[in-house]
Amino acid sequence: MKPITTLCGAAAALPLGNVDTDQIIPARFMSRSRSEGYGEQCFHDLRFDGAGRPHSDFALNALPRPPAVLVAGDNFGCGSSREAAVYALLDYGVQAVVSSSFADIFRSNAGKNGLLTIQLAEAELSRILAALKADPGKDAEVDLPAQTLRIGEMETMTFDIDAGLKHRLLNGLDDLSATLQNEDQIATFEGRYFANAPWVRPDPRS
Amino acid sequence: MQQAPRNTIEKIRDSHRVLNDDGSDLLYVDRHYLHEGSHHAFARMREAGRQLRHPELTFGVADHYAPSSSTRATDVTGTMISRLRRNAADFGIDSFDIGDPRRGIVHVAMPEQGLTLPGMTIVCGDSHTATHGAFGAFAFGIGASEVAHVMATQCLWQKPTPVMRIDVTGQLQQGTTAKDLALAIIGRIGTGGATGHAVEYGGSAITALSMEERMTLCNMTIEMGARSGLVPPDEVTFDWLKGRPLAPSGPAWDSALSHWRTLTPDEGARYDRRFEMQAAEVAPMVTWGTSPEHVAPVNGRVPEDADPDALGYMGLIAGMPVEGLGVDRAFIGSCTNGRLRDLQAAANVLKGRRVAVPLLVSPGSDAVARAAEDSGIADIFRNAGAEWGASGCSLCVGMNGDQVAPGERCASTSNRNFRGRQGPGARTHLMSPEMVAAAAVTGRITDARTLLQEELPA
Ligand code: SF4
Repeated sequence: MKPITTLCGAAAALPLGNVDTDQIIPARFMSRSRSEGYGEQCFHDLRFDGAGRPHSDFALNALPRPPAVLVAGDNFGCGSSREAAVYALLDYGVQAVVSSSFADIFRSNAGKNGLLTIQLAEAELSRILAALKADPGKDAEVDLPAQTLRIGEMETMTFDIDAGLKHRLLNGLDDLSATLQNEDQIATFEGRYFANAPWVRPDPRS
Repeated sequence: MQQAPRNTIEKIRDSHRVLNDDGSDLLYVDRHYLHEGSHHAFARMREAGRQLRHPELTFGVADHYAPSSSTRATDVTGTMISRLRRNAADFGIDSFDIGDPRRGIVHVAMPEQGLTLPGMTIVCGDSHTATHGAFGAFAFGIGASEVAHVMATQCLWQKPTPVMRIDVTGQLQQGTTAKDLALAIIGRIGTGGATGHAVEYGGSAITALSMEERMTLCNMTIEMGARSGLVPPDEVTFDWLKGRPLAPSGPAWDSALSHWRTLTPDEGARYDRRFEMQAAEVAPMVTWGTSPEHVAPVNGRVPEDADPDALGYMGLIAGMPVEGLGVDRAFIGSCTNGRLRDLQAAANVLKGRRVAVPLLVSPGSDAVARAAEDSGIADIFRNAGAEWGASGCSLCVGMNGDQVAPGERCASTSNRNFRGRQGPGARTHLMSPEMVAAAAVTGRITDARTLLQEELPA
């Protein structure tokens, strides 16, 4: 994972609530491998019609390039646990998603792949959505160390982020290497745990 | 010092905490379930040259890409299933492949085998892992990075999840089901109503539910935004599990049982959020829109202030009645409603009748399919003119050859009515198995209770 400090690029609005993972990446593309990439498939059925032509009424299609900062309605990323929803956004070019709420698993998957999820109060989100509706593609800047977001000429906003996640994102660390350093403690736990509850191991009979 | 009263989730978390670092728990994982979608995690394990820490606590199954009919199998379904087969073999995992009598949808097959047990931590790269909470397990879906993490360490980092208590008292009315209850709760609290929380269910209407019904309810809990749903284990749970092939037996059963009996929430346990409702208020529910919270009682109307985008996609008008809306096809199956009791309930409506629109039935597992054959339920479906397919995820998700055509309206027992979920442009209406059966018979959304009361044609 690449370390993140600041992100700059265009911001655009997807003014829909409950954008679910089937919309971010339809299930039929789930057989792709990570190296094949998911950028073309991101928002596929919102972006393209049945014949593969871009939908003129899909907000992001009007932009010269995909936004680095995507601002969306509440409960973004609800639905399935598919991490490909995060791959798709990243491969498409989105580096941060701003919303008033995110689905749990999506948010966790995002953090593990270096996609920033920025949660703002509903009132703040509505202001941004309105500003971007009037003028899509405003330039945006996210400063992770300072935990600030600036969009166009709007006042700079601050956001909260879990301290552990911030540390991992700033340093490009993954969980697994950290966990493997605790190998001894896992082994000790297992010794005690399976002595107490041997039935946890499945009991193949017959 | 006396310990503070704890809820069930806290008890499970405490007994699985390997360590705590800066507010996050490293939790030990008792069961890790895999399916064809786990290929990303396997690829990472290969790249890093890692082995599974506990292949014997890990089980796989071919479900998402299992075709319900060989005529609809595609290159992709074959590739995905053989990829799982190869990965399972290379990493030493017992995986239920096509033809294995234990195979079925992961959230149906694993409980059937007695792998899902009370008090366990259970994870799977699938959001509906919440289903296993019906047994009093702390069960939740994880993404591919976490799947690889569990493969390598048998552990997972988790911030202590806030716990929401949902109490349902009284009795569900005749003709209303756990599916209706789940949809009614989602209708009240919304798809974000439990975001970030683990839900613990309680109350007289919950303890009265069968294991199958509890699975339906916990399954749909993810649609409330929650990561897991849990019903504390009781005698209903223990009776259901006893004698299952991979459940503990003999003295191990007794020792497990004495542990399981300690898992009920303590008197005075603390919850971060609460919601209560009366079971008697629940009517047969139907979703009209593109989110599970777009739901109304069958005798209700599409709301006047309904989301215009959802209405446009679904081809509906605000204020119109739900009942009487024509459907093009119907589907009975999925991890929500693909169990024997669900099929039985639908068969009660179909018995002696014919379907007016195509109805596809895909049993939740091969074991369910066998039981349905043995009890004559499968014949009721066939005689009614339904297609009796093989078990798997089938039409719940348009990725295995089964799809609803663009613009077609489908009455479905699955759990998600998202745009395109059943295929590009598909319009999904979620409801209970009896309601789907009724819609299949009349070709319109119909209150199943009226059909059940009607005298059957001779
Ligand atoms: S039946 Fe549907 S919801 Fe259940 S596991 Fe399969 S695809 Fe997911």
